[in-house]
Amino acid sequence: MSYIPLSQRDIEEMLRRIGVSSLDELFQSIPEEIRWKGSLNLPSPLSESELLEYFEKLGQKNTYPQFLSFLGAGAYPHLIPAVVDYLSSRGEFVTPYTPYQPEVSQGTLQIIFEYQTLICQLTALEIANASLYEGATAVAEAVLMAQRIRNRSKILVARSLHPQYRQVMATYVKNLGLTIEEVDFDLKSGQLSLDDLTKRLSEEVIALVVQNPNFFGVVEKLEEAFSLSHQKGALAIAVIAEGLSLGLLKPPGEVGADIACGEGQSFGLPLAFGGPYLGFIACRENFLRQLPGRIAGQTKDAEGKIGYVLTLSTREQHIRREKATSNICTNQAWCALRATIFLETLGPKGLRELAYYNLQKANYALEKLCSLPGIKRHFSGPIFNEFVLELEQPVNKITSQLLNRGIIAGYPLERDYPELKNCLLLCVTEVHSKEKIDELVRAFKEVLS
Amino acid sequence: MNRREPLIFELSGEGKRAFFLPPLDVPEKREILEFLPCRENIPGFPEVSEPEIVRHFTRLAQTNFCVDTTFYPLGSCTMKYSPKINEKIAGLSHFLTIHPLAQEELVQGSLELIKLLEDYLCRITGMAYFTLWPAAGAHGELTGMMMIRAALTRRGNPRKIVLIPDSAHGTNPSSAHLCGYHVQEIKSNEEGTVDVEDLEKMMTDEVAALMLTNPNTLGIFEKDICRLAEIVHRRGGFVYMDGANMNALLGKFRPGDHGVDVIHLNLHKTFSTPHGGGGPGAGPVGVTEELEPFLPIPVIKREGERLVVENNRPLSIGRVRTFFGNFLVLVKALAYILSLGDEGLKQVAEIAVLNSNYLRKSLEGIFHLKYSSPTLHECVFSDKWQREKGVQNIDIAKRLIDFGLHPPTMSFPLIVQGALMIEPTETESKVELDAFIEAMKQIAYEAEKNPEILKTAPHRAYVRRLDEVAAARNPVLRWKG
Repeated sequence: MSYIPLSQRDIEEMLRRIGVSSLDELFQSIPEEIRWKGSLNLPSPLSESELLEYFEKLGQKNTYPQFLSFLGAGAYPHLIPAVVDYLSSRGEFVTPYTPYQPEVSQGTLQIIFEYQTLICQLTALEIANASLYEGATAVAEAVLMAQRIRNRSKILVARSLHPQYRQVMATYVKNLGLTIEEVDFDLKSGQLSLDDLTKRLSEEVIALVVQNPNFFGVVEKLEEAFSLSHQKGALAIAVIAEGLSLGLLKPPGEVGADIACGEGQSFGLPLAFGGPYLGFIACRENFLRQLPGRIAGQTKDAEGKIGYVLTLSTREQHIRREKATSNICTNQAWCALRATIFLETLGPKGLRELAYYNLQKANYALEKLCSLPGIKRHFSGPIFNEFVLELEQPVNKITSQLLNRGIIAGYPLERDYPELKNCLLLCVTEVHSKEKIDELVRAFKEVLS
Repeated sequence: MNRREPLIFELSGEGKRAFFLPPLDVPEKREILEFLPCRENIPGFPEVSEPEIVRHFTRLAQTNFCVDTTFYPLGSCTMKYSPKINEKIAGLSHFLTIHPLAQEELVQGSLELIKLLEDYLCRITGMAYFTLWPAAGAHGELTGMMMIRAALTRRGNPRKIVLIPDSAHGTNPSSAHLCGYHVQEIKSNEEGTVDVEDLEKMMTDEVAALMLTNPNTLGIFEKDICRLAEIVHRRGGFVYMDGANMNALLGKFRPGDHGVDVIHLNLHKTFSTPHGGGGPGAGPVGVTEELEPFLPIPVIKREGERLVVENNRPLSIGRVRTFFGNFLVLVKALAYILSLGDEGLKQVAEIAVLNSNYLRKSLEGIFHLKYSSPTLHECVFSDKWQREKGVQNIDIAKRLIDFGLHPPTMSFPLIVQGALMIEPTETESKVELDAFIEAMKQIAYEAEKNPEILKTAPHRAYVRRLDEVAAARNPVLRWKG
């Protein structure tokens, strides 16, 4: 195929205007001896129908959709209202660049402004940026931001923070001379161990990073943990991997968080094998100059009409170069647009109801499953839409038997937490009908007996 | 059309709704709430109906310029047409509904797609390996620099300095800094390129890498790239190529064959995936054989017929992003490559360079061109001649809007004062290019005869010129009611 809108005659005319005799001549600035003249050895080009068929076949090799899945662990299946797909697929949203020219990008900019407001409202914090790549890099950026605010050397991270988030954060800080220390979780409740936290807190600590609900789906008591951190002058960073929880649970700003960050995938983004997703970050107003990434602000035009622009760019790489607050340039604007449509469609009542459904359904599943012999609830702490089951039998044996029955029972925790032997993390959301939950319970019952 | 579209919050009214759930089908247990720290409400969160939502976003959409409606010649951004079949393919349910933590056996299609794209990017660039996880160009830069640092550390010394030309994009120094390096700037020579002798002087045993954009942001090919690479390698450093401008080189130059150790590509530029108003993109990174052990995890490997996800890699720089990158962006880029093939990609570079040179030739003598070196996919004019009349590049840019054209990149690269950086891409017709040329000529004429009309532009946009200084001085960053 080709997307080139020039006729042969156009090309000839243009070459004549330029004053060269061939297209090849235009490449003379690449020295002859290093110019590539061979074939790239790519497959022959496909027409539109062949292309579609090719990818449909490739897609069919993903057998995942044939299974009933209870996987969560940082990527959550949720309903997406029809208006989200409909509106976000408009060319005026899909095909512009970053809004460098505000007068012809008011749509994009006003939506970023609305998005920033929604994130502030959800987190109960004062300012938010236009988006970051995804949850884990958002945590990394939050930690780097905290380091600029508190010029200290150590980061305390809850061991119950998503393992991949911890890995990404470690990659980001590795070359900057910072150390990371993990704070244990309470073996009984699954919540952050305040004893361990107290032991580890010192004047060296930049910030405490805690995920809520944590990786085990357990809802934390953030107020106490954050207050202990503040007593040592450390900042409090709340990480939200399941954005939907913000519809129901106390927001980070109300429990003492200085920075809230995390993953907005639940707001209208499909699972899509992990991306594109949406990193968000919000913080208290006095940290504004340290906030990474794009920010939209309100202003007026020459006639006094309200409009929007990208602002405070002296924090950013294109102005400050190596002194910038972050190297981020391209972000996830279109994902933030989808989140904006999603959140505005749900509204406060819809979001709360949806979160409440998740809570009820997950608790129903938990109760039913724990009534079976051979399964017990591993952590006593309250849950949102994920929970940890401990199996009497080896987890691999049970999950593979469930797989044979068409069920993906969850995420085995042992690979990331050797101490959680035979434990399984399950996620139940509004997409799981009672019928499907009961099917899971039945299947467990069969394989356990 | 020019009525201001209210913020959604201004449309809010208590009790209005656009979302309804079916009845809860499990027995409700209200007492669960007692154990949870719950919020009362979400103050200010908007309550609106579906018709209002649709009209709100449709109206906002109509205020945007975009590639689907408008010539959009942002330099170094490669605003080419995004094929619609690729969007359709990325929307196939067998890609959309896949959980990233599912067992390998259940996601062989996704893994194969990743492997195919890695392979084709290797063939296109001449690199030995690719990682597809970085979410954008700058993320790719960081990932690439981390691999260089890891390799040097393993050799015994991570070194301290990264050399970057003054024409480079701001992300280059920023990424190097985030990787723990000091940045030393290399001044461009009179031809707008890096001078072999300058590099020779600056290259020491403490230099970890040279970060080079090629063709550079002036659109000029760094013709001495082999010599430059040789100098860097002789002193034990690495050559990092910023591949943001790879569109000019498809099928014409393979960086991996000529001393480049690391390269990142921007799939949202060269490989046509749409920019989405600022993302998502994808910034895959290609490396040489030597750097393979340091690739970020996971690495997808073939084991016979199967593809497996390998996480246990002791020398890896670690994980740079959760899961498998911006996967749907990868889907679109693969579809693009498969739809064009060898000849198609080569033609992309040829026509991108043709279009750019056609614009350059047509505007030479009307706008000042600081560097006379031949250019490939883009050219950088300046406002030097118009400034004499008090007209600046911003005025030229804003006036273009009145002609229904998106302005070029402004004030970059920094080495050209008053820069207007124009990259038409290969997907513009001669009719569009001629319209742009005519508009630019008209603007040059207006700068002579009626500069006021430029300084007060735009006149026909949804808003008039916006006060960016006031926005920064008195930041209003959210609606407060």
